[in-house]
Amino acid sequence: MAPITMIEGIRQAMFEEMDRDPAVVAIGEDIGVYGGAFKATEGLLSKFGRERVIETPISETAIVGAACGMGFLGLRPVAEMQFIDFIACCFNQVTNFVAKSHYLWGAPVPMVIRGPSGGGVHGGPFHSANPEMYFVHTPGLKVVYPSTPSDAKGLLKSAIRDNNPVLFFEHKFLYRRIKEEVPEGDYLVPIGKAIVRRAGDDLTIISYAAMAHTAMEAAEKLAIEGIEAEVIDLRTLLPLDRETILNSVKKTNKLLIVHEDTRTGGIAGEIAAIVCEGAFEDLDGPITRVTALDTPVPYAPTLEERFLPNTEKVVAAARELSKY
Amino acid sequence: MSNPLTREQHLDLYYFMQLNRQLEERMVRLFRQNKIVGGLYSSLGQEGVSVGTCYALEKKDWIAPMIRNIGALLVKGVPPRDIFTQHMAKYTSPTQGKDGTSHFGDLKVRHIVSPISMLGDLIPVMTGVAMAGRYLGQKIVALTWIGDGGSSTGAFHEGLNLAAQQGAPFVLIVENNQWAYSTPVSRQVPVKNLADRAVAYGIRSWIVDGNDVVAVYHTTKEAVDECRAGRGPALIEVKTMRMRGHAQHDPAEYVPKQMFEYWKARDPIALYEKYLTENKIWDAKTKAEIDARIERELDGEQKFAEESPMPPAELAEEGVYCEGCHAIEATWQRAKAEVSPPASSFEPGWEVKDYGAFAEVETIRKEIAAPAVSAPVGNAAGNGAKVSKPIVKAEGKPQPKPPVRAVESEAPEVPRVPFGRGPKDKSVREAQNPRDRRAHQNPRDKRGRR
Repeated sequence: MAPITMIEGIRQAMFEEMDRDPAVVAIGEDIGVYGGAFKATEGLLSKFGRERVIETPISETAIVGAACGMGFLGLRPVAEMQFIDFIACCFNQVTNFVAKSHYLWGAPVPMVIRGPSGGGVHGGPFHSANPEMYFVHTPGLKVVYPSTPSDAKGLLKSAIRDNNPVLFFEHKFLYRRIKEEVPEGDYLVPIGKAIVRRAGDDLTIISYAAMAHTAMEAAEKLAIEGIEAEVIDLRTLLPLDRETILNSVKKTNKLLIVHEDTRTGGIAGEIAAIVCEGAFEDLDGPITRVTALDTPVPYAPTLEERFLPNTEKVVAAARELSKY
Repeated sequence: MSNPLTREQHLDLYYFMQLNRQLEERMVRLFRQNKIVGGLYSSLGQEGVSVGTCYALEKKDWIAPMIRNIGALLVKGVPPRDIFTQHMAKYTSPTQGKDGTSHFGDLKVRHIVSPISMLGDLIPVMTGVAMAGRYLGQKIVALTWIGDGGSSTGAFHEGLNLAAQQGAPFVLIVENNQWAYSTPVSRQVPVKNLADRAVAYGIRSWIVDGNDVVAVYHTTKEAVDECRAGRGPALIEVKTMRMRGHAQHDPAEYVPKQMFEYWKARDPIALYEKYLTENKIWDAKTKAEIDARIERELDGEQKFAEESPMPPAELAEEGVYCEGCHAIEATWQRAKAEVSPPASSFEPGWEVKDYGAFAEVETIRKEIAAPAVSAPVGNAAGNGAKVSKPIVKAEGKPQPKPPVRAVESEAPEVPRVPFGRGPKDKSVREAQNPRDRRAHQNPRDKRGRR
C-alpha cells in the first residue's frame, strides 16, 4: 500500500466505519459540502448522504448534546470540533453529562469527539490548544492522542466501536507532514496501550502526539553521544498504560517526560506520581519534565518557538539526567 | 382540538396528579425526619404540567424530565418506590444511590433520559434523541421541559436552533413557574411571553394555562401529533406557579403573599376535581376510591424504600466505564439499505435559492418606503425578526389572516385559534404561530423599548 498522511488515515477510518455500520454518523460544522476545515471528512457526504453527514450551526454544546442523544438510541456519532480549542464551549456537556451518564444511571454514551489540536503552525492562542488534561481529569471519558497515520486510523476505528465517550485529539502539525504505510484490512489499534517506539537502556523518554516525534529525534541525537534512550509513545492518555511506563522505568532507572501541553497540571506530573508510587526504588535520578511554558500559546514564531518544547531542549534535559 | 378524553383517561389524569402530590407530601415528611439525604424540590402547584404534557405522549416516545417533573415520571410508569429510594439514596434506587432526586433514566423500557442540574443541556440532547429516532424510522417524539430560568441559558438557544434547523420531532415545554429560585420572570427576560422566543427559531408555539390539566394535555397532544407528522419542533409555554421555595430550605419569603393566594385559588388539582364533578365524570365515591388506592400504593412503596439498605461502599468504585456491561444495539425500523451506499449517496452542494440577503433587503426597503396602511404584513410574518416595521399597531384589533410566504411547504394553518375544552375555554390565552408575527410582537414604549 502507498504511504498515507495522518489526515488520510483519519478519513479512511471514517469511511470504513461508516461503511461497516449504518449506526455510525458524522456531525459537525462544515463537515459535508466543504469536507471539514482540514478535509478530514471530505467525500463522506457524497457517499453517505445528508442523514449521516449532519452539518450543524456553530453550536458546540448542541453538537455534543445531540451526539449524546443519538448515542442513547444506539447510534455511534462522531462529532467534529472544527478546532479542538472550541471544545471549551461545550465543556459542561462533555464533563457533566456525557462523562457521568454511565456511572450515574447506567447509560453508555458510544460517541467520539475528534478535532485538530496542538501548536507549531502559528495558529495563535485560540487555534493551537492542547486541552487534553481537562478531560484526562474527568472520569468516564477516554482520551486518545495518536502520533502516526497508522495509529490515527487504527485508534479512531477502535474509538468509534468503543461503548464509551472517546475524545480523539489530532495534532494538526502532523496532519500532512508525515506519511506512512498503514496495514491493510480492518486495522485496529487498542485504546489504552502505549507503544515503545525505540528501545534503550540509559533513560526513558515518555511522550505523545507531535512530541513523540521530537522525542525520537532527540533519541537519535543522544545515541550519537552514546546515550541510548527508550522512547514511549503513550497514544492513549486515559486510561493510562501504567504497565508499559513502569516496566520501562524499572529497566532504565531514569525518566524524562516530554509534552506540548503546558507544564502545571500536565500529564507529566501524573506520570511522575505513578512512577514514585510504583518504581521509586528503581529511580537513579530526578524525574524530569520538558513541557510548554505555563502561558497561552503565543502567535509570533519567535514566541511560539520559545513556548514549545523542541529537540534541543529534550536533548539538553536528557544529558543532564543521564549524568546521575 | 384533539379527540376528547374518555372517562378512564380523565380519571387517569386525576390519579397521576394526586399520586404526584401525595408522594411529594410524604417526602416532605421524610425530609423533616432527616430521611432524605440531600435537597428536596417541590412541584406543588405544577402537577398539571408534568402530568398533562407527559400523558399526551405514546409509550415509545422519549422524555427528559427536570427536577419538578415527578408527575411525568409517574405517567411514564416509574413506580413511586424509585422516587422514594432515589431521594433516600438507597441501594435499591435506579442509580443505586449514585445520584439523588429525579436524576435517573431508563433507556431500554420507559425511554427516559436522566436530568442534569445544568439547565438547558437536555434540549440539544433530546434534539439528538429525536434525530436518531427519525433516522432509525421509529416515528418517535422527544420531549423535555425547561423553566423560565433555564430558558436564558446558551444551551437552550443552541439546542432549539439545532432542532429547528434539523426539523427534529422535538417538543419543548417551557414551564414558566414565575420564579427562578428567588428571581421573578420579569427580572430575567425582557419579553412578556417566553413563547415569543419561538419566533426566533421559526418554530410553532403555544401558550397554555398550566393549572388546567385538560388544556395542557390537548395542547401538548396537538403539538406532539404535528411533530410526529414531520412538521418540526414545537414550543409550548405553560404558565403556572411554583408554590414552594426553590427547595425545602427556602421559605420563599420573596414571593408576594397575594401571588401565592391568587395561585392557591387556582390549584390544579382542586380545579380539576371541580371540573370532573361539574361534568359528571365522577362522584364522591370514585374520588374516595382513587384516593384510597393512592394511599395504599404509597404505603407499600414508602415502606419498601425505608427498609432498603444504603449502597455498599465499594460500589463507589464501579461503573465509570461501560466495559461489556451494556450491549449497544440500535432498533432499526427502516431498512438499513436506505442509509447505506449507494442508496444514500448524494451530490454535495447547497441549494441556495435567492443567493443571499440582497433580495430581502430590497423587499424591506420597499416596505418601509410604502405607506403604513398598505404594509405587507405577510412579508413580515413567517420570517422571524427581519423587519423592524411598526406593525404593533395591529395589536388589540381583530387580526386578519396574514398571507403566508412560501418559505416552507409544511406551513401549519394560521393563525391558530384557541383550543382546550371548548369555545368558552379561557385556559388557552393566546395561541400562536411563528407566521403570525404580530402575536409575538411586544408593544414598544414611547422610547422604542420593548
